[in-house]
Amino acid sequence: MRLRLVPAQTNWDFFSRSKYTLGLSAFLVVLAFVSFILQGLNYGIDFRGGTTIRTESAQAVDPAVYRDALTPLNLGDISITEVFDPTFGPDQNVAMIRIEAQEGDESVAVETVKSVQAALQTVDPEMKFPSVESVGPKVSGELIQTAAIAVILAIAAVLVYIWLRFEWQFAVGAVAALVHDVILTLGVFSEIQIKFDLAIIAALLTIVGYSLNDTVVVFDRVRENLRKYKKKDLSEVLNISINETLSRTVMTSVTTLLALISLYVLGGDVIRGFVFAMIWGVIVGTYSSVFVASAILLYLGVKRDWSKPDANAGNQYANIDP
Amino acid sequence: MLQISLFKRVMIFLTVAVGLILAAPNAFYTKVERHNDAVALLEGGTSQTAELAADVAGWPDFLPSSLVNLGLDLRGGAHLLAEVQVEDVYTDRMDAYWVEIRDALRTERATIGTIRRQNAPDGELRIKLSSPDGLTQAMQIVRNLATPVVSLSGAGSTDIEVSGSGDTMTIRLSAAERLATDDRTMQQSLEIIRRRIDEVGTREPTIQRQGERRILIQVPGVGSAEDVKTLIGTTARLTFHPVVGSTGNENELPGPRNILLPALDQAGVYYILEQTPVVTGDDLVDAQPAFDQNGFPSVNFRFNPSGARKFGVYSGENVGSPFAIVLDDEVISAPTIREAITGGSGQISGQFTVEESTSLAVLLRAGALPAEMTFLEERTIGPELGQDSIDAGKIACIVAFIAVLAFMILSYGLFGFFANIALIINVGLIFGLLSLIGATLTLPGIAGIVLTIGMAVDANVLIFERIKEELKTAKGPARAIELGYEKALSAILDANITTFITAVILFAMGSGPVRGFAITLGLGILTSVFTAIFVTRVIIVMWFERKRPKQIEV
Repeated sequence: MRLRLVPAQTNWDFFSRSKYTLGLSAFLVVLAFVSFILQGLNYGIDFRGGTTIRTESAQAVDPAVYRDALTPLNLGDISITEVFDPTFGPDQNVAMIRIEAQEGDESVAVETVKSVQAALQTVDPEMKFPSVESVGPKVSGELIQTAAIAVILAIAAVLVYIWLRFEWQFAVGAVAALVHDVILTLGVFSEIQIKFDLAIIAALLTIVGYSLNDTVVVFDRVRENLRKYKKKDLSEVLNISINETLSRTVMTSVTTLLALISLYVLGGDVIRGFVFAMIWGVIVGTYSSVFVASAILLYLGVKRDWSKPDANAGNQYANIDP
Repeated sequence: MLQISLFKRVMIFLTVAVGLILAAPNAFYTKVERHNDAVALLEGGTSQTAELAADVAGWPDFLPSSLVNLGLDLRGGAHLLAEVQVEDVYTDRMDAYWVEIRDALRTERATIGTIRRQNAPDGELRIKLSSPDGLTQAMQIVRNLATPVVSLSGAGSTDIEVSGSGDTMTIRLSAAERLATDDRTMQQSLEIIRRRIDEVGTREPTIQRQGERRILIQVPGVGSAEDVKTLIGTTARLTFHPVVGSTGNENELPGPRNILLPALDQAGVYYILEQTPVVTGDDLVDAQPAFDQNGFPSVNFRFNPSGARKFGVYSGENVGSPFAIVLDDEVISAPTIREAITGGSGQISGQFTVEESTSLAVLLRAGALPAEMTFLEERTIGPELGQDSIDAGKIACIVAFIAVLAFMILSYGLFGFFANIALIINVGLIFGLLSLIGATLTLPGIAGIVLTIGMAVDANVLIFERIKEELKTAKGPARAIELGYEKALSAILDANITTFITAVILFAMGSGPVRGFAITLGLGILTSVFTAIFVTRVIIVMWFERKRPKQIEV
């Protein structure tokens, strides 16, 4: 007997409540936006400059003691977070210490790092510093700019590609879904205050790619069915297409999630935030390809007369037939 | 019907075989790494030892030996982003011009009168004439000294701009010359950093220009960014100046065209020196650590012929007076000239330790950096943390792999098994490609592979689902399989091309670890499409030809 996540034949109506689902999405987007404005992201040093020092000690981490040791140095805002991970040994007590960029420093202050290390070693002389990273304020400003450009470029490139391969309505639907996913991810990051660094940008772009992957598969089937069922309503065609691809959508999401979850649990704390962003993105991306991208397509309507010489004929890939 | 020509089959299997062979060294990472190091050492002229021979024998020569580079976050090491203060060079250029201009104007003293260099902002030269009437003529003479700019964009313009008002003439570098100079400064800095790091001999450092005036330096395996910084952050500009006097007052005004510099090893002692050096480190041809006559560590150096001549003439004219050896604006020592030094070689002794004299010799030999550098980004990753990440990544990969494999078999039975073979080949191919192009694997890169494991099955899922649908309508399993592949193709390509686009953008815009992620993601897409539409297809077709099933269940 085969494992079946989705019944062999489904005939669910995905749009009967499209007002509610779109409304829910819109509400969540607004909520994410508000959280983003009010709370802001917890930027890592990549984006706001400063220094992070990872400490490892055989003694248990007590943030208060660490803070007391560092207070005399007058370094401004210091954040001390204890890091937990199942892969750590019993005498591995890890903390991340973040020091903000010191005023008036264009570049990285070596003395600051040294004085912090010396101060921490008064707490535990055996303390080790497995990683020390400093980013000057000059670079961090540029990094955030580049990152924003990367995300916008990716979305724009995708818009153009889908426009060429399909119709503009499809492109709008796909991009709306993408923006939806990106904003919701940013919202989660600002709400839970997970550290937002360069790697998260990579995760964001992957979410863009994944969400798109899903959307395109559905759209591809929609295009095919529009040619096949010329008389049916658009909503009916969309429903048929989503139902037909549903089994695949769920399968792929599940395999991807299986891989990501094992990485989340076992991959160590260094990339946990990154993997979290991707897990969230896969879930939201799967949802949005049906309830945002397709729903918007339904509202925009599409050209139904696909029997005319296909404008995209030249773009079709030749069938590879080994 | 369901047919694949023999030629295509052979090509597909060949591609897979080549990819897997390329990937093979990574399975024996340490062994191959030792083999490669030993081979490199032997080629470099190191004599054969039993240990080296054993390392070489550890991996057969006929197999490929390129490995995936491990990124800094996996191997540990130092990452630095430096910005070169290109403006420093403008000042040096003006100093050089001053000597030339002084000599040229001196011959015209009758009309111009005496000239005097005024204090001016960095990169500018201001000359005051005692008779303002000669300004036009003086400007003409200076303009004649200008040389055309040697660069593609600056063709046609000259290197300096001369302007004047009243009795003062102002000379500065033209915009085109500044650009050309910046470029030369960057090239020179890159070259010198490379030489300094190579002298220390670490494995595969990355030294790259980034943008207009930045240099990215990544050195795997060293202790900390601090160590690398001391090595490359020192300008190592060696100059020899005539000494005007010495003082204990650090705020004393040194007088026009003189400079006040601290002594390196005597606190509170300052020397007043003439600003224009007699000879600079540019004229050095060699420097070696040595010991002076008292047995203290020192550095022996040798000048090139022109440096030797200049130094010989100066020392001959100034026997009995002191001169200062200055390294990066600190006076190392200020010995008195006992006799003309004509041989072109000399010795610097200060209170060095052996390590200091060795590293000073390295720095002098590699040459001075043309300009100072500031560090914008500094990251040190300890090797243990890297190893922890590798271990965690490995376990996560294996678990993800098993979970996906099991899930596929549960869902698709025999076809799931076929997809799993393709998935294993897929991961092998990613490593093969990574080794082939010498890409760097980073921690997000491992995440990229894990993500690919999850997503790679997507193409197969698309095909299998399609075959399932076609089975309901098509005539017989062979036709269903064929149609499944045919119809799923456009969705597979569209879906993967869009993801590939984002991988490319990520690669172009990202840096370091993010780039590593983009590479594995991009390669993963290529290999997963290949394995899904060719490899599984061949496997399924071969199985079908052998069994000729009347009915299939996907």
